[in-house]
Amino acid sequence: MAVTVKIPTQLRAATGGAATASVEGGTVGEVLDALYVQFGELRDRIADDGGLRRFVNVYIGGEDIRFLNGLETTVSDGDEVTILPAVAGG
Amino acid sequence: MSPSGAELLRQIKSQIHEVDPAAVHEQLGNGAVIVDVRENEEFSVAHIPGARHVPRAYLESRIEGIVPDRDAHIVLYCASGNRSAYAARTLTEDLGYTNVESMTGGITLWKDRGYDVEVPRTLSAEQRDRYSRHLLLPEVGLEGQLKLLDARVLLLGAGGLGAPTALYLAAAGVGTLGLVDNDTVDLSNLQRQVIHTQERVGEPKVDSAEATIANLNRDVRVVKYPVRLDASNVMEIVEGYDIIVDGLDNFPTRYLINDVSVRLGIPVVSASILGFDGQLSVFKPYDGPCYRCLYPTPPPAELAPSCGANGVLGVLPGTMGMLQATEVVKLILGEGEPLVGRLLLYEALGATFTELKVRRDPDCPICSRDPESISDEEMGVFPDYEAFCAAAG
Repeated sequence: MAVTVKIPTQLRAATGGAATASVEGGTVGEVLDALYVQFGELRDRIADDGGLRRFVNVYIGGEDIRFLNGLETTVSDGDEVTILPAVAGG
Repeated sequence: MSPSGAELLRQIKSQIHEVDPAAVHEQLGNGAVIVDVRENEEFSVAHIPGARHVPRAYLESRIEGIVPDRDAHIVLYCASGNRSAYAARTLTEDLGYTNVESMTGGITLWKDRGYDVEVPRTLSAEQRDRYSRHLLLPEVGLEGQLKLLDARVLLLGAGGLGAPTALYLAAAGVGTLGLVDNDTVDLSNLQRQVIHTQERVGEPKVDSAEATIANLNRDVRVVKYPVRLDASNVMEIVEGYDIIVDGLDNFPTRYLINDVSVRLGIPVVSASILGFDGQLSVFKPYDGPCYRCLYPTPPPAELAPSCGANGVLGVLPGTMGMLQATEVVKLILGEGEPLVGRLLLYEALGATFTELKVRRDPDCPICSRDPESISDEEMGVFPDYEAFCAAAG
């Protein structure tokens, strides 16, 4: 299952500037793991021991995975996963 | 021989029932329908509170629409009691109303007796001109423009987001704009903070913004708060505002303002920017999620890009500020679909908008509770607050 992951500005230093990545996986957790394989530095920015860091939201098709099945949420071919940390700039 | 005008009036007054203003005043709210039969211009200057308006020239054609019941108690008045006397005869003799009175002395005597009059709100000639493009929109119109003029909007930050937002809200005629900012204008601000000018570098931002707004629209009252928001002053500043516009540059204050807004039930139009990306949402307490439902905790200082100076495309806060201002105007007017429960992402480089759903968190530490139960001590606090502030220095 190839899905597109959208990377926010503040995490792009860890992706060599890439704004999107195409990765394989059947669940959100697998998609993120595949993403960390591509961009090792991302893991620390997004995840901690217990799963996702609490200030990072992950959406699939516009829905927050916290209100779906968390990291177990299944993804389909062509889905778009958005990683979104809080931003306070004004 | 035909009677003179004065004679005719005397005859008519002898045929109808007249009533003193004192009796009408006592009967206000007792079910009697008070009808003002003067011309439009006279009615719009002042009238008896609750009075209906039917100019005498339209009496026969319009009275049934207002008082269909022929036995209803009707009190007619005009400026001095003459036109209403003629009108009373018309209603009684020609239209079959059975319980019609004409108020002696009209609204002149009413006012002389010291009774209240209602002065309907209108726009001045200058305001009708200034807001003419709003008045042409059915969604705004006179009523909407009066709502805008009555609205009190608090802008947190007169910086990147606050500058364009304040300009457009002032132009739209939002009557009271509160500005909270303790910073001074720096040359590096002018790349995006369009409310400030080169001449005012070094001046407090609230003063600089006030000066620009004063030049733009004299209808707007600016209330300046040249302070940094914190737990000790936030309640006092925020209370009484209808809408909060969050353009803050740091996390602790964003959480603080969220908690206060939930407690006071004030909607927050929130935007944030970084680099080429912006986020926007409306947090309307108990109607939708709050900021903590979206982000339960802030990032730690070392991962919080807002803790230091960051690059931002100068145009970006303009784009996001305009979207904020639009949401504010919609909330004031009660028109359209506010961005409640939705987060709008704008990515300037890709020129894309993405909409994400934001749901109320049933376990939200703040908005899952009764607002009364949110204590002063809790507001703005999050689990690793101490660590956050220490690391942020």
